[in-house]
Amino acid sequence: MCPYTFKDCFGRPISSAPDAWFDVVERYSNDNNKTLKRSTKVSRCLNLGSYNYLGFAAADEYCTPRVIETLKKYSPSTCSTRVDGGTTALHNELEKFVASFVRKPAAIVFGMGYVTNSAILPVLMGKGCLIISDSLNHNSIVNGARGSGAVIRVFQHNIPSHLEEVLREQIADGQPRTHRPWKKIIVIVEGIYSMEGELCKLPEIIAVCKKYKAYTYLDEAHSIGAVGKTGRGVCELLGVDTADVDIMMGTFTKSFGSCGGYIAGSEEVIKYLKYTCPAHLYGTSISPPAAQQIISSIRVILGEDGSNRGAQKLAKIRENSNFFRSELQKMGFEVLGDNDSPVMPIMLYNPAKIPAFSRECLKHNVAVVTVAFPATPLLLARARICISASHSREDLMKALQVISKVGDLVGIKYFPAEPLKQYQDGKAVKYD
Amino acid sequence: MAEAVMNFLNTTLGWVTGALDMPSARAQVFGFQIGGHLFIEVFLLVVILFLLSQKSYKPPKRPLTNKEIDELCDEWVPEPLIPSLNEEPYEPPVLESAAGPHTVINGKEVVNFSSANYLGLVGHKKLLDSCSSALDKYGVGSCGPRGFYGTIDVHLDFEARIAKFLGTPDSILYPFGFSTMFSAIPAFSKKGDIIVADEGVHWAIQNGLYLSRSTVVYFKHNDMKSLRETLENITSKNKRIDKLRRYIVVEAVYQNSGQIAPLDEIIKLKEKYKFRVLLDESNSFGVLGKSGRGLTEYSGVPIEELDIVTADMGHALAAEGGFCTGSTRVIDHQRLSSSGYVFSASLPPYLASAAITAIDILEENPELLSKLKNNISVLWKELSKIPGLKITSSKESPIVYLRLEKSTGSQKDDLCLLEKIAQRALEEDSVFVVVSHRSTLDKCRLPVGIRLFVSAGHSESDLWRASESLKKVSAQVLGGHN
Repeated sequence: MCPYTFKDCFGRPISSAPDAWFDVVERYSNDNNKTLKRSTKVSRCLNLGSYNYLGFAAADEYCTPRVIETLKKYSPSTCSTRVDGGTTALHNELEKFVASFVRKPAAIVFGMGYVTNSAILPVLMGKGCLIISDSLNHNSIVNGARGSGAVIRVFQHNIPSHLEEVLREQIADGQPRTHRPWKKIIVIVEGIYSMEGELCKLPEIIAVCKKYKAYTYLDEAHSIGAVGKTGRGVCELLGVDTADVDIMMGTFTKSFGSCGGYIAGSEEVIKYLKYTCPAHLYGTSISPPAAQQIISSIRVILGEDGSNRGAQKLAKIRENSNFFRSELQKMGFEVLGDNDSPVMPIMLYNPAKIPAFSRECLKHNVAVVTVAFPATPLLLARARICISASHSREDLMKALQVISKVGDLVGIKYFPAEPLKQYQDGKAVKYD
Repeated sequence: MAEAVMNFLNTTLGWVTGALDMPSARAQVFGFQIGGHLFIEVFLLVVILFLLSQKSYKPPKRPLTNKEIDELCDEWVPEPLIPSLNEEPYEPPVLESAAGPHTVINGKEVVNFSSANYLGLVGHKKLLDSCSSALDKYGVGSCGPRGFYGTIDVHLDFEARIAKFLGTPDSILYPFGFSTMFSAIPAFSKKGDIIVADEGVHWAIQNGLYLSRSTVVYFKHNDMKSLRETLENITSKNKRIDKLRRYIVVEAVYQNSGQIAPLDEIIKLKEKYKFRVLLDESNSFGVLGKSGRGLTEYSGVPIEELDIVTADMGHALAAEGGFCTGSTRVIDHQRLSSSGYVFSASLPPYLASAAITAIDILEENPELLSKLKNNISVLWKELSKIPGLKITSSKESPIVYLRLEKSTGSQKDDLCLLEKIAQRALEEDSVFVVVSHRSTLDKCRLPVGIRLFVSAGHSESDLWRASESLKKVSAQVLGGHN
């Protein structure tokens, strides 16, 4: 992904919880970045890179005591697969809880989000099936689609009319070479695209899929818990009925501060997956303390812990995201993504600006994530900011200050800044 | 009549010769005599060119009209998303306490042989203490992939620790044991390369082999003669063999049969035919060898001979995740190209800290290994006497694998019988054993069986109880069946 020259911009180790402020370990190199060694010095930085949308990353007053209790009861691992001796009462409770949170009849939980996609698609799709996926889908979906043996076609990112075109063409043509009709067609989209920060045009895509009888698969890795009035994801935000989406997938790493992934769908689908999905039959079951963290964090979000911290967190992240995005745009940065989305990429374009931006921000104690080829096209490098509900207004102001300063230095304010604010006495103040 | 025709012909001929012999026909251009016949020739040439330039007749292309596409779309009926299940899927028993050597199911205490808790570390106080402190310090999740602030110092500490323990230069930590092999294989082996794998490898390896798009050749399960023949076949038939990358993929202790791979023979073959070896030590790490360093120590093979060693930490180390170890170049390559490492959030820090503590406990308490070995040999001896069931696993394997001596002919019926045995053992004697369930995607054709995972935490009485129970129950079920 990166040549040695800016290897120090990636993989920075931290030595504390990935909360709003964290300790970044300083590294040094004696051979021009070929090997980086840890030093004992740490610098306290503002965290704009971790996926901590609702602020559950560090020890939480409601969740952590319960997690430690579960740890003492069930131990960190069951050392067994779900179908052997790895199903505890906690796992069953977790699945029921997740299903009710996502508003689907049933759910199944796996120990890792990546494996969820890679092991489910081969089960659902096989030879003679067609997978139509968005051009910017995540690597786990691509891997799962390849592993299934089905034919894969791609439609232009987030354009429902092109999806319709592809569907019509494919159904009319049938399978390649034999022209037999397809066995089944599934369309895979994501809720929030992690490199663009955009929301998917879900209502239009669902309408197209219903018209052509294709199944839909929604990957809500970044959107579950982070968007929507009660945190239930893009379906809630865009007003789509969850019964219209055949399979909903998500991960617990981002908004719930835990690990693992889930699939939610109808009872029959989940039963079939429990019968044959390799990740369920052969993979170790999710660690019990992690499962408890998910249950507790969902309880906090729904307000079942007796406080309104959940609603506060949801309101905070929405407010923070919208504020930050509008301020960045006012300063003249090119920021992608829709309103309400906590992911905001700032375009750098020139790959040479990546180390400059990253290192300068770190010097000012702001830790940002820069993304280069091959995660994005070569000339569309960007810095990706992930806002959290645990960022306070002062944190955001500091971040804006630093980013603006570094932006001037590096030269990435591609748009004209908003006109300077005028005060009553006619003195212009730099809106920084 | 004939005269009239002759006259007609003569006049036509006279007219034509006259035309050809006309003075204008006898022009001289560039010193060449142009006769009248040249005009005929030129005319013929023009006609030929005209005919050649005509497009050959192709049936006109008629793309489908919108209306026709609409009709096809309306007519098309997809299959249901999932095939209907004829039977109810297996519901595993629900544990109400930690999965240690003894656990609670339905309010009753049972002896647990279904967790790969080989060293008995589930519920160990030191492990729980280190996890609690890690949870207080780092929270639960790591909230990011390794490249983007998901690298926590405990991850780096673990990688250094495991490399030191095994004696390799470096190692890499994966967030899930299952994804270790299926990310490592495609990172090294690409389209066109050759992989020779055992037919009994588990699904994660099979998936990795499929995703790598290499040519995969399977050899008979744990049969060195078959491996030698396969390698011989490939090297002799393939002329470009020197330009291709070649790998052998084996497991140290096979999950699907409990057999131990003869590593010294594999290394000999590898040297002879110049292949690289990938070894999966999930069930042998912390079990085999004098100090628990795995199959390499057990077989007396230096670990430098192996190119890539992977292991799942969800077994002996009582944590979760997986690691891969090898030379520095092998590990560095995976940090950039292994999809399960780059595109996934990293392992929760408390699990990494649990794994470090587990290695510490293993190093300080080598008697755990001797206890485990003792338990395995006792159980093996007792279970080999059960009529109707045959042990297929090796004598030192921590997975004791029992299959039906006389198969019913269909895997489904075998599975039914074995499930009955396991169920009765649980209900009547509180002994929890498991049957190997296979996914429909699994290519492995080895026979299904009952698995017992032996732990150092089991006492002698637990082992007696298990063997007596299985003897009794299998006699009832198989005797009744026969």
